[in-house]
Amino acid sequence: MSTELRHAVKQLYKTLIFIGREYPKGGIYFRDKCHAAFMKNKDVTDPAEIKMLISRGEYVVKELEALYRLRKYRTLRKRYYDSETFEETILKNIRYFDQK
Amino acid sequence: TMARVLVGVKRVIDYAVKIRVKPDKSGVVTEGVKHSMNPFDEIAVEEAIRLKEKKFATEVIAVTCGPTQSQETLRTALAMGADRGIHVEIPADDYVKTGPLQISKIFAKLAEQEKANLIILGKQAIDGDNNQTAQMTAAVLDWAQGTFASELKLEGEKLTVVREVDGGLETIDLKMPAVVSADLRLNEPRYATLPNIMKAKKKKVAKLTAKDLGVDLASSIEILEVADPPQRLAGIKVENTEELVGKLKEAGLV
Repeated sequence: MSTELRHAVKQLYKTLIFIGREYPKGGIYFRDKCHAAFMKNKDVTDPAEIKMLISRGEYVVKELEALYRLRKYRTLRKRYYDSETFEETILKNIRYFDQK
Repeated sequence: TMARVLVGVKRVIDYAVKIRVKPDKSGVVTEGVKHSMNPFDEIAVEEAIRLKEKKFATEVIAVTCGPTQSQETLRTALAMGADRGIHVEIPADDYVKTGPLQISKIFAKLAEQEKANLIILGKQAIDGDNNQTAQMTAAVLDWAQGTFASELKLEGEKLTVVREVDGGLETIDLKMPAVVSADLRLNEPRYATLPNIMKAKKKKVAKLTAKDLGVDLASSIEILEVADPPQRLAGIKVENTEELVGKLKEAGLV
């Protein structure tokens, strides 16, 4: 594995461990699963395959960000906007529906 | 005109933590409890950064008031993209008595000092739930205010703010300088990634005291007691509709 790829893999691991600290099932659970997943692929040498695996890891980072974001949004919405009617919610978010 | 943005951030108990009231009812337990940036402040920071990315703002300055640990929140703001930070250090004993009135005076002084023309704050902190700081800051400065902002558009001297109000949305035009308070749907804040946190360590954080700004922290409000909300009575499970109707009749509700 080239030094560049090796560095990228290490960075990905550190990033995953960092973001995994808030994983719902616990940071330690996540860390163990993450470690196991990386160890399973430790003998991969093909650069193309390594890059593919790195992409998969980056995808997981994005998924976790989305999970945390949604969890926070839903909690705050329930806590502060519980009295809001369904119609009001749609009205206030109409531009999101337009964009997405 | 380009905006020079001041963003206020507050270190609060993390939104997901179950709050426990201290046995002596003097406050809530904060020792060893996870703290993070007030969620509405994250939205405020995100909006400021987006303004800068879209070239509507030249600089984003993150400000926090509080004891030493408040600096953690500044670091998060810097990791999200703020250019530099200002920590107005308030010792823990004084901080307990500090509220929106004192904070608004601090922000007002800093806005003048830093020549900011836009202040973005979270609409309320999830611990105090006052929803006053933005309004008071605008009043102290005699600036326009756009509170409960769910959308911001800056065009020259004009700031168009879409506000969340009862029953829907209200659109107003403000003339800069202005104070804005961020509501939940203004944007979706970015996550402060590890590489950005590392980069943020190089960014400048200035330390000041309220005295340096000539602000008196005296408060005319004293917290007498903090208590749990009344316990919700446990519900009972029923086997079928007949039992449900029976129980409702028993309670005199049917």
